[in-house]
Amino acid sequence: MKTVAARPESLTGAQYHYCPGCTHGIIHRLVAEVIDELGIREKTIGICPVGCAVLAYDYFNCDMLEAAHGRAPAIATGIKRMLPENVVFTYQGDGDLASIGMAEILHASARGEKITVIFVNNAVYGMTGGQMAPTTLLGQVTTTSPYGRKAEVEGYPVRMAEILAENEGSAYIARTTVNKPANVRRTKKAIKKAFEIQQKGLGFTMVEILSACPTNWGLSPVQALEWIDENMIPYYPLGEFKNKEA
Amino acid sequence: MKAAEVVMGTGARAAALAVKSARVDVVPGYPITPQTSIIEAVAAMVENGELHARFIPVEGEHSAMAAAVAASAAGARVFTATSANGLLYMHEVLHMASGGRLPVVMCNVNRGIFAPWTLWADHQDSMAQRDTGWIQYHCSSNQEVFNTILQAFRVAEQINIPVMVNFDGFAISHCLMPLTLPPQEDIDRFLPPHEPEWRLDPAHPSSFSNVTNAEEYAPFRQMLSDDIMAAIPLVKQAAQEYKDITGMWDGDTIDTYRLEDAEVVAFAVNSMAAELKLSIDILRQQGIKAGLLRPRLYLPFPAEDIINALPQNAQVMVLDRNYNFGHPGGILASELKSALFGRRNDITVKNRVMGIGGIDLPRRFMADEIRAMMDE
Repeated sequence: MKTVAARPESLTGAQYHYCPGCTHGIIHRLVAEVIDELGIREKTIGICPVGCAVLAYDYFNCDMLEAAHGRAPAIATGIKRMLPENVVFTYQGDGDLASIGMAEILHASARGEKITVIFVNNAVYGMTGGQMAPTTLLGQVTTTSPYGRKAEVEGYPVRMAEILAENEGSAYIARTTVNKPANVRRTKKAIKKAFEIQQKGLGFTMVEILSACPTNWGLSPVQALEWIDENMIPYYPLGEFKNKEA
Repeated sequence: MKAAEVVMGTGARAAALAVKSARVDVVPGYPITPQTSIIEAVAAMVENGELHARFIPVEGEHSAMAAAVAASAAGARVFTATSANGLLYMHEVLHMASGGRLPVVMCNVNRGIFAPWTLWADHQDSMAQRDTGWIQYHCSSNQEVFNTILQAFRVAEQINIPVMVNFDGFAISHCLMPLTLPPQEDIDRFLPPHEPEWRLDPAHPSSFSNVTNAEEYAPFRQMLSDDIMAAIPLVKQAAQEYKDITGMWDGDTIDTYRLEDAEVVAFAVNSMAAELKLSIDILRQQGIKAGLLRPRLYLPFPAEDIINALPQNAQVMVLDRNYNFGHPGGILASELKSALFGRRNDITVKNRVMGIGGIDLPRRFMADEIRAMMDE
């Protein structure tokens, strides 16, 4: 008998706490597979966010440090500058990275910190129960925009990949999604590329991953995956926005 | 005369209904557990037209308080709410609100602070803001949250000092209790529209929070120190007039229970003080003359009222839901000892820290703790 699929060593095997249909689980697995394939588990240090992935330290089988809300890129900076031979990644949601952590992410990118940011964008604050995030789409109903987001009141959704690609310090910036098998494979490639470029020391790397939140979108898991295609991708186009290696 | 309405509501709902009754103009908000349900309810009231206010979904608590301060300087009645690390993140701007003499009212739904993370209640978050120049109330029931927010606006606007209204996460914020809502005309009588003496108004140019030299800076700080003490009679007056109009009373600077002949006095704030009333009954059944003194106002610390209320030779058991790091025990015990020193040498003060990070504080546990403290 031959093993064709197994749990990556970089996952502990603890059962996820995520809601049915949430795509955090897929993204965790992809990050773990990449860490395994690159053989860097023993030297990887991850930073957990505040948000749904706050418990990521229970799932990733490597050193993990928990950050205050939005501070993950600054925490990662401190670790990477002290331990430049190690591989450092943050795992952050949009309520964390694009909102309260906007200063930290912009400056980590501007400084060209040699870290990898896994940015999970589901257009809503998940853990606190579905409030409007900076990435919430126009017209999208949330608990703090119960009649839909309006540009004149709440402003426009923020495109983080495009913004960070402008920074000279950014070496690799991509946006992907995990709503179909082909997109899952593309996401894994992008994550791998980001870790490789970090290891080459070329600068700041980030993969923004459009992710489903059926609970707070009020959709079934399948409808939520379709909602990414229908609503998110038109505003948040997929692709590589920066690749210093290319 | 219209009768009061009784509804079922959580502490968070009580806060949002008070914001509506106070006819607040501006609410900057940012989600953080367990406060989030307040700003969600306010956002919904604004969107459905129940409350004619502007809700600003900002990008973090530092900006929430900055926007609150600025809207207040522009003459608005301003409310916001936060918890735990959100409050800590606001810390710099809390000073701008008090130093700028801007009467913002904020709910802090008490939660233990990071690191490590906890979602549950203790009082480290608000008590760590002791020296920011804010007035601080601690509420022990959903109704008191509603009543106190209205009283807070009145005091804040009379004296131009911001007020923090604290209540425990989950035990108060998420539990249902009946809520009495006085008729709006009664509330309007109690809390007239905000007419600030100073505001940003291009027709009457003025500037706030300028750069000063020491000769100007020092008197400003002295004025704040003096004025925050002068809030005590205003707090009492607000409680009394609120009672005259609505019939409701939660205490003024302090709230007491079976205190007059007490030999053993429990001293605590917030939701645990409500539960302590039941602990006092248990102790009384056991033949111990126990009573409760709950500071409803934590800052300015109502020292005179406490000194006058404590029975002769009482043993005071201070139950702190916080740590006074660098000193043994909790913050309330230090405040009380400092108030009593040289004034009430007959009083013995004992202290326990309990309920940290949301550890439950049932009546029997606290009664047992108080009995154990008597033997120490």
